[in-house]
Parts: sequence; C-alpha cells; structure tokens
Amino acid sequence: MSVAPVLEATGLTVRYPGQLALDGVDLRLFPGEVHSLIGENGAGKSTLIKALTGAVIPDAGTLRLDGAEVSFGSPGAAAAAGIAVVYQELDLLPNLSVAENIMLGREPHRFGSIDWRRTREEAVAALAALDIFIDPASPLQQHPAAVQQLVAIARAVRTQPRVLILDEPTSSLDQSEVTELFRVIRTLKEAGVAIVFITHFLEQVYEVSDRLTVLRGGRLVGEYLTREILQAELVGKMLGRHVESLDEFELRQSEPDDRQPVFLEARGLGRDGVVAPFDLRVREGEVLGLAGLLGSGRTELARLISGVDRHGSGRLTVEGAELRPGAMRAAIARGVVYSAEDRRYGGIIEDLSIEDNILLALQAQRGWMRRASAARRRELAQSWIEALGIVPADPQLRAGALSGGNQQKVLLARWLAVAPRLLILDEPTRGIDIGAKVELQRLMLSLAQEGMAVVFISGELEELLRVSDRIGVMRERRLVGVLENDALSYEDVLALIARSSRGDDDE
Amino acid sequence: MNASRIVHHRLFWPVVALVALILINTISRPTFLSITVKEGGLYGSLIDILRNSSQLMLVALGMTLVIATRGIDLSVGAVLAVAGAVSLTFIGGSSHPGDLGTVTIAVLLGLAVTLVLGAWNGFLVSVIKIQPIIATLLLMFAGRGIAMLITKGQITTINSPPYAQFASGHLLGLPVAFLVALAVTVLVAVVVRRSALGMLMEAVGVNPEASRLAGVQARGIIWIVYALSGLLAGMSGILYSSNIMAADANNAGLNIELDAILAVVIGGTSLAGGRFSIAGTVVGVLIIQTLTTSITFLGIPPAITPVFKAIVVIAICLTQSQRVRAAIGSRHRRTRQTPTAGGLGTESPIEAEKAATA
Amino acid sequence: MSAESPVQSAGFRGIQTGPVLRRVNAWLPVIATVAILLLMLLAGQLYFGDFVTPRLVSSLFDNNPYLIVLAVGMTFVILTGGIDLSVGSVIAFSGLLGAQLFAAGLPAVVVLPLMVLSGTLIGAVIGIMVAVFDIQPFIASLAGMFLARGLAYVTSLKSLPIKNDGLNWLLGTSWGGGQWYTTPGVVLALLLVALAFWVLHYTRFGRTVYAIGGNEQSARLMGLPVGRTKFLIYVISGTGAGIAGVLFASYTQSGNPLAGLGMELQAIAAVVIGGTILSGGSGYVLGSLAGVLVYGLIQIAITYMSVDSWWTYIVIGVLLLVFVVFQRALSARRRG
Repeated sequence: MSVAPVLEATGLTVRYPGQLALDGVDLRLFPGEVHSLIGENGAGKSTLIKALTGAVIPDAGTLRLDGAEVSFGSPGAAAAAGIAVVYQELDLLPNLSVAENIMLGREPHRFGSIDWRRTREEAVAALAALDIFIDPASPLQQHPAAVQQLVAIARAVRTQPRVLILDEPTSSLDQSEVTELFRVIRTLKEAGVAIVFITHFLEQVYEVSDRLTVLRGGRLVGEYLTREILQAELVGKMLGRHVESLDEFELRQSEPDDRQPVFLEARGLGRDGVVAPFDLRVREGEVLGLAGLLGSGRTELARLISGVDRHGSGRLTVEGAELRPGAMRAAIARGVVYSAEDRRYGGIIEDLSIEDNILLALQAQRGWMRRASAARRRELAQSWIEALGIVPADPQLRAGALSGGNQQKVLLARWLAVAPRLLILDEPTRGIDIGAKVELQRLMLSLAQEGMAVVFISGELEELLRVSDRIGVMRERRLVGVLENDALSYEDVLALIARSSRGDDDE
Repeated sequence: MNASRIVHHRLFWPVVALVALILINTISRPTFLSITVKEGGLYGSLIDILRNSSQLMLVALGMTLVIATRGIDLSVGAVLAVAGAVSLTFIGGSSHPGDLGTVTIAVLLGLAVTLVLGAWNGFLVSVIKIQPIIATLLLMFAGRGIAMLITKGQITTINSPPYAQFASGHLLGLPVAFLVALAVTVLVAVVVRRSALGMLMEAVGVNPEASRLAGVQARGIIWIVYALSGLLAGMSGILYSSNIMAADANNAGLNIELDAILAVVIGGTSLAGGRFSIAGTVVGVLIIQTLTTSITFLGIPPAITPVFKAIVVIAICLTQSQRVRAAIGSRHRRTRQTPTAGGLGTESPIEAEKAATA
Repeated sequence: MSAESPVQSAGFRGIQTGPVLRRVNAWLPVIATVAILLLMLLAGQLYFGDFVTPRLVSSLFDNNPYLIVLAVGMTFVILTGGIDLSVGSVIAFSGLLGAQLFAAGLPAVVVLPLMVLSGTLIGAVIGIMVAVFDIQPFIASLAGMFLARGLAYVTSLKSLPIKNDGLNWLLGTSWGGGQWYTTPGVVLALLLVALAFWVLHYTRFGRTVYAIGGNEQSARLMGLPVGRTKFLIYVISGTGAGIAGVLFASYTQSGNPLAGLGMELQAIAAVVIGGTILSGGSGYVLGSLAGVLVYGLIQIAITYMSVDSWWTYIVIGVLLLVFVVFQRALSARRRG
C-alpha cells in the first residue's frame, strides 16, 4: 500500500492517576483497510480508542488526519471530523424503532413535524447500503443483538465517516451473524472507509483484517500485516514474556500427586452457549492453573464449578456429594469459594471498612443473627491484615481507599476467613504491582502445601507455569486439555492456546 | 487534628443546625428551654419536641434501614393509618374498652397487621423484583382504602384510658410516647449493630453483586427490612391514634413518608443506599420537629412550615450534589472527564479500576 | 459482494412482523387499559341496566379535566424515568394565587396566565435541580412539593372564594344538547392531550424524551440535548399543574390551601394504569388519558353501586398491582 494513512497517531500517551495507561503508542489507519487492534485486558486498546475519539485527551503524542495535525477536545469534535465509533455496549435505544435509532437527532422535518415517511425511507436507504432489509418501524429491542449491532453501524455510516471503529462487535454474535457482519465490513472497506476492528477472537482477525497492531501493558508491541504473522507468533506477542525479578522465588516442585484425594469433580459439566461440557478433577493440595485468551471461557468455567452460575448439563460433585446447579451458598458451605474477576463490580464493597469486607463471607455464612463478636472480628481482621500484609493496616479504613493489590488481599482474606477447601481465584494478579503479585503467588503455594486446592486463572502464562501443578487450557469456550506441569514449556501451552480451531479439537 | 476530625464527622453539620435552631428559639424567647413539673410529668417546649417527634422517629427508623438497602418505602403513612384503624376498631368493638387486656390485644393486632403489610412490600421488592418506589406506591394507595374499610369510613373515636397513656401518659416524668420511641430506637440500633444485619444491609446496599458473590442472601435481608419498616410504621400509628384517640384513616400519617425520607437524608444516609446512621436519623428527626415547633413558637403560622422544609431539602441536596462539590473542590483535575469516558468503553471497568486503585 | 447478499442476509431480515401486529405489540399496555375501560362499561351496563348513557360518558370527562391535564404533564416526566410529586401542591398554590389576584380586582386575562406561570416557576425550580445539579427527581420534586404547599399557605391560610365570570366560564359553561355535553375546560384538556401527543411523536424534543427514558447515557452519546430536555419536561409538568390549578379553581369556585392533596398520586396512578412504565421510555399520552378515564369510571361505578368511596383506593391499588406485575412480566419476556 503506497497510500497515505487517513489517521495517524504517533507517541500517544495517556496517564491516569498513578498509572500510565498508554505509553507512546503509534497507530496508522489506511483507507479501505481493516485494521485489528489486539491485546489482552489492560493492554490499552480501550484507552487508545478514547484518545482517538476525543473521549480522553492524550498527555502526549500527535494525531494527524490526512497529514494535518488535529486534536479532538470532545467526542463530538472527533465525530465531526469523520471518526465514528460503535461501542460493544451499544449506544442505542432499545425502546425506539430501528429507523429512529439510525436517524435520531437528524430526522427530516416537514411543517415543523418530523416527517416519518422520509425518516423511514432514509433509514431504509442507510440499511440497504449495507444490504440489510429489516422493518424500519419495528422496535429495536425486538431484534437480536446482531441486528442491533448492524443498526448501530448503519447509524455510524450515515455520517459517512472516514474512520469507523468497531469495538468488539462480535462478542455476542453467533457464527452466521459474524459472517453477516463481516460482509458489511467488507462492503464498507470497498467504499474506502478505514476500519478499526477490535476482537478477542483471533480467527476473526485472520478472517477479516488486513493489518494489525498489538498492544501490551499500554505499550506498542508492533504493527504487522495479518498475512505475514502466524497465529502462534501473534499469541506470543499478546501474552509476552514478563521479565520479573523472582530469583529468590522457589519454583513449584511439581510432584504429580495422584494419591491426593479428589476434592471436586465435574463430569460433562456445561452450559449452552457458555462453556462446552467438560470433565475436570481438582485434587486436594494442588494448584490448577487455567490458561486461555480472554473470552475463551476461563471465567465461565470457574463460575460453573463454584455454583455461581447454574450449569445446564452434567454433574458437579464435591467429595462425592452432588451440588445442585447454581447452589452457590451450598458450595461455599462445602468449602468451594470463587473470588471474582472484577474486583470492583463483584468483589470489594468500597464503602465498607476493611474489617467488614474481610468478615463479609464468614458473616453471610453464619447468617445475620449470629454475628461474630467485636473482639473476634477485630482479631480476625487484624490477623489477616498481618498475615497478608495489607497496607495500611487499619481495619476501620474504607476498603475503596486501598490500592488494587491490597484490595485483592482483602478479598483473599474474606475467602480464607471461611476456611475454604477449594479456592478459585479469577485473575487475582491483574492490575496489581509486581511485589504484590509475587506475594500472592507465594501465598497460593503455601496454601496448597497445607492441603487446600487452588484454581488459579491468569492471563499470564509464565505465572501459571511457575505456580501450577497442572494447567487447564481453554479455547473458544472449551476446555481443550489439562497438562501436567512437569517440564512443561511456555511454548507447549502457547501452542495449545493458539491452535487454530480449524484443526481437530480432540486432545 | 481533633477539631478537624469533629468538623469532618458526618453528623457535624446536622448537629450544628439543630443547636442553631434551639439557640434561635432561646434567644427570641428564653422560656424555650424552661421545663416545669406538673402532676409528676415534665412539661416545656423541649419536652414537647421529644414527645411530638416520637411518631416520626419510629417511621424514620424503618425508612433508614430500607434506604440503606437501596430501597424506599412510600407506604408508611398508609400503614400507619391501618395500625390505628385496626387497634381502635378492636377496642371500639370490645365490651371493655378500658381493660388493659383489650388494649394489649388491640396493639398486638395492629402491629401484626402492619408486619404483614411490610412483609408484602418486602415480597414485591425481593421476590417479584419490582422497583421499591413502585412496589410501595401500591400500598400507599390501597393502604388508606384498607384503613377506611376497617373503620367503615368513620373517624372511630374511643374512650380507653390505658390506650390514651401511649400519647399523653408520663413515666418517670417523661412522656410515654418519647420513651417508646427511645426504647424502640435503641433496641433496633442494638439489634442491627450487634447482629450482622446492619453490615449485611450495607453490603447489599453498596454493592448487590459483590454481596451475592460473597454468599449474602439479599432476599431475606430485604424482606426483613421492609417488614420492620411496616412494623415500625404500625407502632407510630398506635401513638398517633392514641394521641387523638381516634382512627382517622384519611389524615393519619399523611405525608409522613416524605418527612421520614427527609429526616434520613438530613442525617447523612444517602438515598443511593449503603452506609446508614441511626444516630443521624435521630438528629434529622429532631431538626424537623424542632423546626416545626420553632415555627409555632416564634408565632409564624405553622402551615407555612413546608416552605422552610423546602429550603432545607434544597440546601441539603445542593451540598450533596456532585456538581456543586466539584465547583467548590478541585477544579484542576483533568481526569474528571473520565466518568463519561469510563461509561463507554469495552475494557473500561478494568482500566478505570486500575486508574482508581493504582 | 452485493450479488450474493440477498441469500446471505436472509437471516438478517429480523423478525418480520406485519405493520399491524407490530403496532399492537407496542400499544399492548394501552390496549389493555382501553379493554379494561370497555369491560367496566359493559359490566356496568349488564349490572345496572341503564349505565352507559351519553350523560355518563359526558360526565366521565367532565369530572376530572384537571386530572387529565396533570396526567399529561406527568406522562412527559415519567417517560424520562423521572417523577413529579409537586403537582398536587401546585394546584393549591395556583388556585390561591388566583383567588388573591381576583380579590385585588385584576381581570381574568391577567390572572389566569399568572396562575399558570406559578406552576411553570415551580417546575423550573425542580427542573434546575434535576437537570443542572443532578438531584434525584424524587427528592427535587419533593422540595418542589413542600415549596408549593408552603407558598399556598403563605398566600392564604384559609380557603378563599372566587367570583369571576372568566374563570367560571371554563367549567361552568355547558356546550352541547341534551345528555351530550361538554365544557370549555374539558375541550382545553383534550386539546392539551392532542398537543402532547403531537409533541411526543412528531418533534425531536418528544423523541428525546423517549430516548432519555430508554437509556440516558445512549441519548447523550447520540448527541441529544439531554440536560435541556430534562429541564423542560419539569417545566411542562409544572405548567400543566398550573393549568390544572386554573381548572380546579374553576371547578370549586375557590382557592384552598388543601386543594390537590394527594392528587400527584392520582396522576401517577392514571399514568401507570395507562401503560406507561415508571422506569421510563415506554408509554403513550393517550394511554394516560385512558388511565384517567378508568380512574373516573371506578369513582362513578363506586357511587353507582352505593358502596363506600374507600373502595376506590383499594380498586386502584389492585389495578396498579395488576399493571405493574403485567409490565414486569412483559419486560422480563423482552429481556429473556
């Protein structure tokens, strides 16, 4: 391509309080080209998009539109310059008609009234340009997510943007719907629009995009032509090798320990459209790592085996006794606890004190009438604060005031306080600093040494390799294999994660 | 250091307001503070405030708990009317209206009915999952009808000395109504804070999903809270009907839900749920009651009270408004615009989380 | 690309409901209300024999013109997911203000607009609190309620009679012949319903009202003037309450500080019975009109059956329950 880029970003840097969200990232978007933006959670994709669309003003770096330097002070300014975004969380109005969702704010008027006939006609035309034929007067909420997605694109395209950013448009679509979306993307591409396509599904990246940019930890890893990079290579670039100074950290002495009794067993456990049926055994005293890309079904699997979500098929047993689907509280009573992925939404109760947060699960278990005595509460909170090194060590401090790592420790303390037999940790090390990370890893090992079973989900392969006895690998909502971690290499696991689904799935 | 701690205590400004109100009254008429002893009971403006605030106190107490769980209970006024109707109709229909046993049964009957009504609200909110404001609106409507059904639309007046004691009696020199409110408030405060109910309510109010994942049974908690709110409104209804010795289905507890919500908000409990303060609500109730009493005391027509309430509400809302706080507080933080941005993105919860925690 | 698209896009024709069925679906709650209204009329006819008469139909409108106007304003507010508790108190304020101004000898052409403006003013205060300071509508309009009720008492502590031909004309004039009759006040109320319908369905402002109720964040992202619209709906509701105050004053020939007590609840009930969802985004002003008529018919039926008036509250309460549960089931089905 000898064409000049429509939009070119160089050295974009965005600082959030205490964090460098984007660190000198470059991006080039060419007309008539689909450009995939790739990276794991926290890689900076979202921030990059915000910086491109004026939702965040970069602290450094330049934006050039057709070679001329620009800066967008607001989303409106970016939209006016021809940069349109369709977000994953659709910014649409389900209670209004399809036509209105496309035309709202730009409806043709006649004698002071909205001209509904022309509004519908223009909406039909906008949809037809994408080869979509649906009733413009039907309420949007009647349509499946895929159609809503297309309606959002139709709305964006009506402004004839130069750049169209599609933020995870396929996350809730099935295969035929994805095919339809891709057809629309190609139509737009032929019309010369520069398209940014964000997805977690690498298959789709290869299917539709021409060029890709990989981000990791807020930094640019590189820009590649899609046809020139192999999938395994790409996954390696996404996950990266984290150089951590862990010299004093003793590696897990993996002793495949089949003599340990099985604590939890899943047989054919699954749920339609969420996780394909799988078999899994977790033994006492082992650390079972769960690897896979984002969206591969790691969290969903964890939520099934902990009873947080109802399973649709199969059997879940704890020490031989069956757990009913969705019997989360029963699971907790049996010692199976799940520490959620999203600390803020599903974990920390920010307005409550550290002490309350630590005691929450224990208290929920005891029931509201049997409150732990004040002395016992203080003692428990204090001992966990000390044991896990929570800073500041003030049990009455608001938990929301803590750093991410310390919040994670509070969450861990909450669950350890109920003396669990199986601790399921969903990305406990995400977004916390390296020191806290190492402490958590060490803690998991010592817990396992004491006989607790640990299921550990992480996006960082090396971390999993260091801590786990076995590693379960998830791909496309399927548990594709469980590997013994003896002499297992980074590349072995990577190969399994990245293997194309076009190959056979049987392990 | 200590002084700043006091100023930053969340009850600082409400207490200042209360003290200011009392000061204004005392300055304009020093007799405001005087307390006299008549027939073994204490009398005076301050005692009046304590007695008159008891009905609102009971209702506001229940409202505090409901609001802590992110709810609201609009039906308390109607429930209050039902309690009076049930009790007085029972007493009116009995052959010994002055009998202590009759009164006891009447009170228990009234409270039982309101407990059921409260539980009904709790059922709609926690099981059927109807928005609290709508769920309780139903009973706000139907409740008065039920009260009138019980009283057959009459204003049932009775003559029962033991029942009258609730409102006009004295015990140890203090009004019985005040002692009832005090005892119930202390009891509820102790139960809520000594059991884990308070903490679990707050957890549910602040973050329902995290609470669920921690194994908290929100349904039961919410149910209890609404039932309690109904029961407390019932007690308030007993005091109200004892005060006028009549069951007035139309006017009993009219708009008391609004005063109760106001008292809770003045006391520093956020309508968005979460951390609640029973002490704050007590102060809030006393402010509202002192305001009402002062207006009479200062010779302003009492009917104008709503204007002052409106001023109080607007003032409090403005101090709690983000916009006003932002204008007063730090203006330089450019990252303040991330709320809008944070709402949009795909990974935003995570990145925003990082931003907030790192 | 497009050559193969017709086949490919077959799955993307979505749910191909016919135009009639589609509309039925959206109007379902309103149709349910109208059906209830008709059923009640039918039951009355069967039960009483001579129930559905021109006189009944006429009085159905004539009894509650002010409630119709309140319900119109409330519909705007509830469609955005808000609530306005102040409207009942505004009726008292507006009525007493009018009584004082008439007593001062001002003509109706001056007084009536001022009565309406008093409501507009209260609405504007609430609107500023909601739109500018982000105060919850419930609390903001509670302040407005206290303010209006207090101002009513400031205006006069007791009921004041009004003797004015202009005001009297509104509900005192009877148009029509025989049993069919109507009054200028009813015509005004119905004209306001028509105007509201036009505004809600044929102007960008009206569609923005629906958009805010659907998803305020999305509406903002679409570049719609969310703040301005939220402010204006409270102004509309307040103005409606002011007009209702004029009608109520004409109806009672007086201003009374206790007027309109609890009427905000009647208006909210009528709107909800009319099929508008309290969380916003869905509903029709015509449904609210039907809701007021259902409300009025219940009152009439209860008089007819010579049972006691408190049954009105209970019946309304039960009807509200049925509608709320019905809507909850509908929304659960939509999401599921």
